[in-house]
Amino acid sequence: MNEEKKPAQKSFWDKLVSVDRRIIFLLIAVAVGVPLFFDVSPSMRVTPVVRGVYDSIESLPAGSKVLVSFDYDPGSMPELQPMAEAFFRHSLGRDLKLIIMGLWPQGPLQANLALEEVFRDDNIRTKNLQYGIDYVNLGFTAGNEVVIDRMGHSFEESYPQDGRGTPISEIPLMKGVRNYDNVDLIFNLSAGYPGTQEWVQYAVDVFHVKLVAGNTAVQAPAMYPYIQTGQLSGILGGMKGGAEYETAIGKSGVAVRYMFSQTMAHIIICVFIIMGNLAYFSLKKKRSKLEAKG
Amino acid sequence: MSAEVVGVWIGALLTLGIFSFLYKDNPFYKFCEALFVGISAGYWFVVTFWQYFMPKLVDNLVLAYTVLITQGRIDYHWVYLLGGALGVLMLLRLIPSIGWLSRWSLAFVVGTTAGLQFTRYLQSNGIIQIRGTIMPLFVGGDLNATIGNIVIVVGTFCGLIYFFFSKEHKGAFGGAARVGILFLMITFGALFGYTVMSRMSLLIGRLHYLFSDWLGLIG
Repeated sequence: MNEEKKPAQKSFWDKLVSVDRRIIFLLIAVAVGVPLFFDVSPSMRVTPVVRGVYDSIESLPAGSKVLVSFDYDPGSMPELQPMAEAFFRHSLGRDLKLIIMGLWPQGPLQANLALEEVFRDDNIRTKNLQYGIDYVNLGFTAGNEVVIDRMGHSFEESYPQDGRGTPISEIPLMKGVRNYDNVDLIFNLSAGYPGTQEWVQYAVDVFHVKLVAGNTAVQAPAMYPYIQTGQLSGILGGMKGGAEYETAIGKSGVAVRYMFSQTMAHIIICVFIIMGNLAYFSLKKKRSKLEAKG
Repeated sequence: MSAEVVGVWIGALLTLGIFSFLYKDNPFYKFCEALFVGISAGYWFVVTFWQYFMPKLVDNLVLAYTVLITQGRIDYHWVYLLGGALGVLMLLRLIPSIGWLSRWSLAFVVGTTAGLQFTRYLQSNGIIQIRGTIMPLFVGGDLNATIGNIVIVVGTFCGLIYFFFSKEHKGAFGGAARVGILFLMITFGALFGYTVMSRMSLLIGRLHYLFSDWLGLIG
């Protein structure tokens, strides 16, 4: 009589490597979603690169002019919008004058959203900041890095008027602002091209202006070499960079709050990576044994 | 129901539609995907027309014409005709018999971009970065700086050795190349970690939108 062959018992590791990917998606969703319901703000250590951004702004006396370039769109809001809000809180709180622009069409609109949010703060609202005197939004202009290069000679050539259609010669804040020589710092929020790399290449290395930046996490590692060479004075890398910056200015915002979800998600992913590797080596060992037995 | 509420509902349902692909492909996802592609194409067409074509070409040519009529002189803004002509040549790709003329426009774009980028990359990402690795290996009284400098110099040197393929990677040369691979692996690991953080940030943003703006469950 032929005995019916029983299917081979699957080991724990066999089951693990063939786990339905939807279970992983579900675990990630739970890890990210559940912490949002808890008001937990992990303590953040401010790293030197973020400290560089903070110190660059702190070192400016009241009334200094900062050029702020918003080079991102709504797709990068979760990472960059908290940085924008924290920057506005910090710089407007220190009475710096802001010249806002964008090399991405939606960038200046993101700036307006961040300003709306920051103007709800009591300490900013009571300053009674005036458009055209304390801040101005030049809007978007096409041309990518050529715009940066051209602004080194004349802002007015690239931006003859602001986003509201007012000639910049009629804007009080723009009086005496001809090119990069007349701004004290550039702050760039970037999600890709054109962005921080182009600002380094065309503004910093040609016109020797001081630059700090906030980048999406995907882009940030490519910008770190510019820190070591001094081409960038500081960088906020991804949500963690934003959270550190919020900690530095002493006003925790959404970036710090989101970091709990971020931490939980990273723990889950790390566990999966470790389990995946254990399964890989365990099954490899098992296969080797079977091959040795022939 | 206000327009804002309708907008939030549309945003939430479209988010769920896109997320539904994680379970499996379905008509709701297909609809959301097609809607996104269509709206993106329309949006960028409008942006291109109003932010690029009108201000950069039409407005400048109108200005040049106005100067000619009112002051009787030829203004430099007429040079934008050249850009317009190159744009027209690009569109000739739609006519196969004379489509080759679009190569002139492409040649202009490729040539100017290459010329512009070459010098900037060489300066910012080449010369200045090389200069950045010329540093003292030992910094008296500062262990952190000493370790940092050694890591940068050894990492750069060994990384470059790895990409040198004219000599077989054997002996000391091969050892240096293997150290280079280690540095590259660590770099890729860091890049992966940052990419994970970025993607999780986007997920957090979407979930916060659903729980806060749509459902009002969190503040």
